[in-house]
Amino acid sequence: MPNPRTLFHKIWDDHVVRTGADGEPDLLFIDLHLVHEVTSPQAFESLAMAGRPVRRPDLTLATVDHGVPTEGRALGIQDPLSRKQIETLVANCAANDITLYGIDDPRQGIVHVIGPEQGVTQPGMTIVCGDSHTSTHGAFGALAFGIGTSEVEHVLATQTLPQKRPKSMAITVDGELPLGVTAKDVILAIIAEIGVDGGTGYVLEYRGSVIESLSMEGRMTICNMSIEGGARAGLIAPDDTTFRYIEGRTHAPKGAAWEQALEYWQSLPTDAGAAFDREVNIAGSDLVPYVSWGTNPGQTIRVTDRIPSPADFDTALDQDTTARALEYMDLEAGTPITDVRIDRVFLGSCTNGRIEDLRAAARVLEGKTVHADVHAMVVPGSGLVKLQAEEEGLDQIFKAAGFEWRDAGCSMCLGMNPDILMPGERCASTSNRNFEGRQGRGGRTHLVSPEMAAAAAVSGHFVDVRDWA
Amino acid sequence: MKPVDVVRGQMMPLPRANVDTDQIIPKQFLKRVERSGFGPYVFYDWAFDPEGEPIQDFIIHHEAYQDAKVLVSGPNFGSGSSREHAPWALEDWGFEAIIAPSFADIFKNNCVNIGLLTVVLSEDEVGELTRIAEDPNNEIVVDLEAQTVTSADFAATFEIDEFAKHRLLNGLDRIGLTMQHAGDIDVYESQRAEHKPRLS
Repeated sequence: MPNPRTLFHKIWDDHVVRTGADGEPDLLFIDLHLVHEVTSPQAFESLAMAGRPVRRPDLTLATVDHGVPTEGRALGIQDPLSRKQIETLVANCAANDITLYGIDDPRQGIVHVIGPEQGVTQPGMTIVCGDSHTSTHGAFGALAFGIGTSEVEHVLATQTLPQKRPKSMAITVDGELPLGVTAKDVILAIIAEIGVDGGTGYVLEYRGSVIESLSMEGRMTICNMSIEGGARAGLIAPDDTTFRYIEGRTHAPKGAAWEQALEYWQSLPTDAGAAFDREVNIAGSDLVPYVSWGTNPGQTIRVTDRIPSPADFDTALDQDTTARALEYMDLEAGTPITDVRIDRVFLGSCTNGRIEDLRAAARVLEGKTVHADVHAMVVPGSGLVKLQAEEEGLDQIFKAAGFEWRDAGCSMCLGMNPDILMPGERCASTSNRNFEGRQGRGGRTHLVSPEMAAAAAVSGHFVDVRDWA
Repeated sequence: MKPVDVVRGQMMPLPRANVDTDQIIPKQFLKRVERSGFGPYVFYDWAFDPEGEPIQDFIIHHEAYQDAKVLVSGPNFGSGSSREHAPWALEDWGFEAIIAPSFADIFKNNCVNIGLLTVVLSEDEVGELTRIAEDPNNEIVVDLEAQTVTSADFAATFEIDEFAKHRLLNGLDRIGLTMQHAGDIDVYESQRAEHKPRLS
């Protein structure tokens, strides 16, 4: 009887090309390398200078997402730096035979949305990308993590990465989510519990009845924000929900290969009795919608709470951090979060820019109008998400409510394209980071679920979406 | 990659927690396709006002700290985005080592890959160094081989991954090291499951 292993350990073991000796890291094979325009140009340049070819173009997929405009694309890219960066990726992909979903391709979109959409993200794979939200793909039971540009170059050259095996943490969310509480609220609650660096050095496995009951979109939202808790990767055991999502997609295995794949995938979930280095339990039935108030994703409160005060914290460093965040966010301690008025709403990103997120927001918005003081926009996660939403008539609901209906990209999640907050503007955002200046210098970001963002758009301030159910 | 052995020089204190990579190098500078030249933009939104004028209070502008080689900061340094532009910017400005109670995983890896030393000390030790750094005349010595940090009457030892240390001391090119095992990669590829996806 072999030792019981976790999902993470099984994937790791299956990808060791060479076991590290004498303190050396293991060398892991990489099944899929996702590439975008921002973190790859320096890697391609170094590779060319060293005269090294791309080892596995067939395991590499590129798209443009971070810097692309989300309106007026027919006019071309106005920002000369973004244009050059995108042209550089086009040239690098052409020179190295890498598949690219370029700006005019209907499959173009956020790199973490297109992988699952095309069926290239599958259970048991190792997936890397020069982007910290690569953890998203963990929702399929894949080991997926973000890397830096030097590592991008390493993977392009060798299709491997030297890695020290992280520790494992089980995060179990049992019970049943109350109405109006979403996957976004689950992950914000988890980060509130473990802290923004609680996952440093760990790979997380999310489990329990709440996780099992979630759709693939919801699971992706959770795994996506693993990095906001400090963990490079977070994963979820593949099950029938996973298999149903993958079956029939462009790059999903077909025929005999499907049966072979299924057999392998079903062997992956954590064995009974397998040990984790740390275990955390969360009561799903007690969860409520969350809103971030500060400048990191751990600075969140329940929608029923008031803005905290520095005095609520014990250490001088925490008090200073809280005071700095309150000042940046221009918030008064003790204010109910539902009294906080907003100027902007951003619905999109690799966290919440998939079809289900758009449907959820549209359900809240149907028959309602965006508040007169609020400027709201929807940026679908991919061209195909946009098309599907239009087939379902969701675009009509958004437009009738007063939302702008944009083209796919990262957009205002990080503001590398023209979509940014103006100084002082306050935004209800479905994205993943509320860092200072993240959505635009001086901009103030509050992280929420798509449902909470839609309700805030209508009200002009945060509201408890459970009251709307 | 340039080998790292002993870093000796001035410290710059930045006693803040969770300094994320969006602060170290804001997104507007990620559009460049070059690897060098990010130094003038390090901590840009803290260092310059919206009109691009220096915010003189911010320590990066203090005349007395222009020779700093070691940045001393708070826990969870380098959190957030995987952008390697963050360590590029710190290195380009002139930093050769960063000392903090903890670092984010991706940032730490990125630093090793470019030869920027990250040193973890306890919160108390970092607090002590921060106080010492308030006098810009105090010199610090970070000795990688000996795994020691000394400054004025301060002395501490630090832990570091053995292999990372070996790579830093010898300035080893990671890709070159892996290429020595190309045969192992060939073997692995020949045995890989057929059902795994291929783009072309």
